Amino acid sequence: MKTLAYVLSALAVFGLAFWAYRENYTTQQVLKETRSLQRQIGSAQVRLGVLRAEWAYLNRPDRLRELAELNFDSLGLLPLRPNQFGRVDEVAYPQVPLLPITNGVDVSTMAAVEGLNQ
Amino acid sequence: MTRTPLRPLARILAARAKGENPDVIEKENLRQRHAEIQGQSRQRSEGRLLVLGVFFVCAYALIGTRMGMMATTDPTEPVASASGSAIAAQRADIVDREGRILATNFETHSLYAHPQQLIDAVASATALVKIFPDLDHERLLLDFTGKRKFVWIKKKISPEQKQAVHDIGDPGLLFGPREMRLYPNGSLAAHVLGGASFGKEDVDAAEVIGVAGVERQFDSYLRDPANGADPLQLSLDLTIQAAAERVLYGGMRLMNAKGATSILMDVHTGEVISVVSLPDFDPNERPRPPVSGDASDSPLFNRAVQGVYELGSTFKIFAAAQAIDLGLVNPDTMVDIRGPLRWGRFSIRDFHNYGNSLSVERIIVKSSNIGTARLAQQIGAERQRDFLSRLGMLEPTPFEISEAAGGRPLLPPNWSELSAMTISYGHGLSASPMHLAAGYATIANGGNYISPTILRQNGPQLGPRVMSAEAAAAAREMLRLVVTEGTASFGEVPGYQVGGKTGTADKPKPSGGYYDNKVIATFASMFPAHDPKYVLVVTLDEPSIIAYGEERRTAGWTAVPVAAEMIGRIAPLLGLRPQVEPVPLTGITLTSN
Repeated sequence: MKTLAYVLSALAVFGLAFWAYRENYTTQQVLKETRSLQRQIGSAQVRLGVLRAEWAYLNRPDRLRELAELNFDSLGLLPLRPNQFGRVDEVAYPQVPLLPITNGVDVSTMAAVEGLNQ
Repeated sequence: MTRTPLRPLARILAARAKGENPDVIEKENLRQRHAEIQGQSRQRSEGRLLVLGVFFVCAYALIGTRMGMMATTDPTEPVASASGSAIAAQRADIVDREGRILATNFETHSLYAHPQQLIDAVASATALVKIFPDLDHERLLLDFTGKRKFVWIKKKISPEQKQAVHDIGDPGLLFGPREMRLYPNGSLAAHVLGGASFGKEDVDAAEVIGVAGVERQFDSYLRDPANGADPLQLSLDLTIQAAAERVLYGGMRLMNAKGATSILMDVHTGEVISVVSLPDFDPNERPRPPVSGDASDSPLFNRAVQGVYELGSTFKIFAAAQAIDLGLVNPDTMVDIRGPLRWGRFSIRDFHNYGNSLSVERIIVKSSNIGTARLAQQIGAERQRDFLSRLGMLEPTPFEISEAAGGRPLLPPNWSELSAMTISYGHGLSASPMHLAAGYATIANGGNYISPTILRQNGPQLGPRVMSAEAAAAAREMLRLVVTEGTASFGEVPGYQVGGKTGTADKPKPSGGYYDNKVIATFASMFPAHDPKYVLVVTLDEPSIIAYGEERRTAGWTAVPVAAEMIGRIAPLLGLRPQVEPVPLTGITLTSN
């Protein structure tokens, strides 16, 4: 009985040691991955900052104004003025097309009209 | 423990037999017992002290070892717990009210040299001068071949320049990372943003510090690493600022002015939507402050907050509003304006002769100095000073840019009755256009003081009440009449019901006295006049045009047309629809509440 207990506890010690060894290495692996991810995040943030700065630079009002003037022929852009405000009822919506007549009905005056046309 | 009896019978009996006093034995035994107890407790407390001492030694040793370890090891970031994105160790961005970038950071490189590591100093110097034409070849050669171990060549270089230097291929030329401040919109809102420069510099990094404007005012906020992802949001609107700058620049050129400023302010929140001061500069390459000459001629001078001038007739409305507020007059009260009004050896005159008497309303419309001085006489110096103080006219504006603290109004040393009379028409008290905008915003919003702010606000401010709502409404009606019938007739913008007051003040000579031919022309306006939402102040410095065969400098001919053009341009951008002016109902008069 005593021998069995000794053997079992020795096995338990082996098992725990193996578990601790593995945990240690997994932790180190995860830390390494975290570091590399954080480096990537950092460089992505720097890139994002550069892109945002570039977007702001390309959209600066001076440049947009010059572009609008250069491309006036095709775009026809002018500064917004008060007289460009309109009301909704001033908007000309396209006409709704009439439904096609599929089953025409003969009426009594039809013959007379046709006779006149001839 | 065995307890020794104090009076052992054997010894007592023996003592009695000898005829001795048995109490001596008891006392002797008692003494021995006390000595024993004392010894024990001494031992116990010594033991306690020892334990405590050992504990403290251990604790201090532990702390000392830990401190020593921390001091000697290299610092590392906590890898597992750091969230990475939460801390961005760079200066926070500055954005406008819509979140568009006004200032951001850019990673570049600095270029330095270790002359002892240079392979071919002469060839490197020649190649560097080819890349950077502003470098001095002689000086560079002297640095490279001399005794110096370290030479800064350029603080900031672009990626293309870096590649070109890299292509020289000399191991003695080295690069360090540099974070620079970038203002992508160039000179737009230059005076608000100010600029930044490098503080403490090292090869690996440099400290970016704000030198003017909001960059300086909010330097500690912008530098705080915890705010790296949290931009500073200003109340400026990029689009409106650009339009205002363009219109004002055009106006300044047309009116032959040497400088100009405009302020557009929301009358309910106090937000400054656009503030322009011309001439301006590029904050990416902020010029050095001038060492000689007049500071106001430098492009760095911010006329909107630093330009402290007598603002002329624009002040008249404050006298009229106060007189109505105090119940001394109403807009129809007739005031004697026979002139010149003599006060000691000083006399006050009008630009034209307007007859013998005018109503308060007509005094503002015609801009009569004598009439306003009469109102000031009725108000009195003490009450006028108190009123202007509540309007914020006696202190620098609380506008949050570092230059604003320098715009301290110039007050008369002795606020006499004569001072009160001249101040009522805008002479004798010098204030900045920002002061004027805050004062007009108070009239526009119904009588509550508004402090101008450059930060985006979430709701209206409700400052202390300066005048009653009725007095403010009466003042607004008078300002509207100035545009429809008075001196600011060029200020009418169809659909936007501009109300405002012109002001033309002679510029003071540095040597004392006033110039005859140099003026500051100001137009302070609000729109739409029946329910004002914005206040616009336009000031031109030394304008002069030829119109109808005459040289004209007054604000009605110079500042007003510029302001009208500006309102026509920016009101649609503010989302204001043109409206038909509501007509007052006929036959109904509010007699009491």
